[in-house]
Amino acid sequence: MVTEEDKIFAKNFNIDQLPDVPAGLPPHLKLKQSRVVPKNVAPLNTDSAIYSGGYVTTGGEESVKVESFYENFKVDVISCTETDIEFDMVGIDSSFANAFRRILIAEVPSMAIEKVLIANNTSLVIDEVLAHRIGLIPIAVDPRLFEYLSENDQPNEKNTIVFKLHVKCPKGESRLKVLTSELQWLPNGSEFLKEAKGSNAKPKTYTSFSCSQDSLPEFADNPITLSHLDILIAKLSPGQEIELEAHAVKGIGKTHAKWSPVGTAWYRMLPEVVLKGEVEDELAERLVKACPQKVFDIEDMGNGGKRATVAQPRKCTLCKECVRDDELVDFVDLRSVKDHFIYNIESTGSLPPDVLFTEAVKILENKCERVLAALS
Amino acid sequence: MEHGSFTNNSHASFTLAEEDHTLANAVRFMLNQDPRVTLAGYSIPHPSLDRVNIRVQTTGDPAREVLKDACQELMLMNRHVRSVFDKAVAEFKVEQARLKAEEEEREKAKEELKKQREQLESMDIEGN
Ligand code: SF4
Repeated sequence: MVTEEDKIFAKNFNIDQLPDVPAGLPPHLKLKQSRVVPKNVAPLNTDSAIYSGGYVTTGGEESVKVESFYENFKVDVISCTETDIEFDMVGIDSSFANAFRRILIAEVPSMAIEKVLIANNTSLVIDEVLAHRIGLIPIAVDPRLFEYLSENDQPNEKNTIVFKLHVKCPKGESRLKVLTSELQWLPNGSEFLKEAKGSNAKPKTYTSFSCSQDSLPEFADNPITLSHLDILIAKLSPGQEIELEAHAVKGIGKTHAKWSPVGTAWYRMLPEVVLKGEVEDELAERLVKACPQKVFDIEDMGNGGKRATVAQPRKCTLCKECVRDDELVDFVDLRSVKDHFIYNIESTGSLPPDVLFTEAVKILENKCERVLAALS
Repeated sequence: MEHGSFTNNSHASFTLAEEDHTLANAVRFMLNQDPRVTLAGYSIPHPSLDRVNIRVQTTGDPAREVLKDACQELMLMNRHVRSVFDKAVAEFKVEQARLKAEEEEREKAKEELKKQREQLESMDIEGN
């Protein structure tokens, strides 16, 4: 027999409002959703919510990340110099962090030496190896000022930078080191003459610059140099000589790593170290000693006892040295926060690292635009 | 390029040329966040091919529109990332400049103090 009271109860029934049903995700699921747990066999819970309804039955509000993205996304710069940047990126999925990293390494353009014209090389380093070494030298110039040199193009002042190297080790002197500082920028383009076809035709050089590069406003009081002037290219014995011209063009790291504008770009998730119980006295000292990164610290309790605390969890490398100890393993919980990335970018000198990152994001935007254009 | 059927446009595969995991993984993430999507995934048919296949199946909306929405949203999110990042870097640089100025200020004050003290000392000697 259903009474009136039962009916009212059934009408107003809402499982989320019962006093002993916690709001949102229960803690064990919350942990699963937001933390990676390194285990000896393999890390656990590495994936982000697989689909939009992933936690809908239990959680509700956390199920769709996109909606909260605009409020929650945060960037925190830790350090930034001419060549390096470290920043925290919070509230974003790893697919983004990884896309940016991949683009930084392989798709942000830079200038690198692509052609080496060797007039004379009597050094020990053979031509191919020498050319390869020269190709890898980073050039400190903004690639956005240049165009790509496509197959049918003539090398001109908008797409090519020419350097010249002419060193000779005089007889009777000691061995000579050839450093990148010997590479000299030729703003007027190549100086080597092509073999003239007709006898009285004016001989041409290997580039066709219509004006000198140092007359362009970008380079007028900002001559093009290399990022490092102390890289060893070759060593010359007395009597040996190298004479060559190096032509740099624009390219991307996907084609060849020499065009990668970063030494490297990497990220890691923020580590989280949690003590599951009180670690005291001798055990505490053992814990502090076990960690090579000095993550833990000892805190004096009033009664002369000691207690371990987590002092610098950010320094943890998840080496798992602390959980190798049979006793400590029950006290320490290691995790990584899934949506908090510690991002590092090392620039090779063409652009400052913060500009590189913005360029990378722009490239991802362009990719989306391209797909949109193709679909419409 | 789209491979679908004429009768049911809620299921379709798309081939994006000259793209790889970089875009496809991000797009897949966006698609999976969309409640209209029942299945979304991508694959690269062969490592030496320069393209990805993206599969989209929806509850009824045209797959093409859903994919377009995902790209659109991805673009907006990127824009947001860029603006937040630029702001953070600008703030950091301002802060850094301020710290440096303060440091210089302190150095200067120290120098000043040292000078004064030296002066005082030399005066003392003269007095004696
Ligand atoms: S995992 Fe390694 S670095 Fe991290 S707390 Fe344990 S011992 Fe220290």
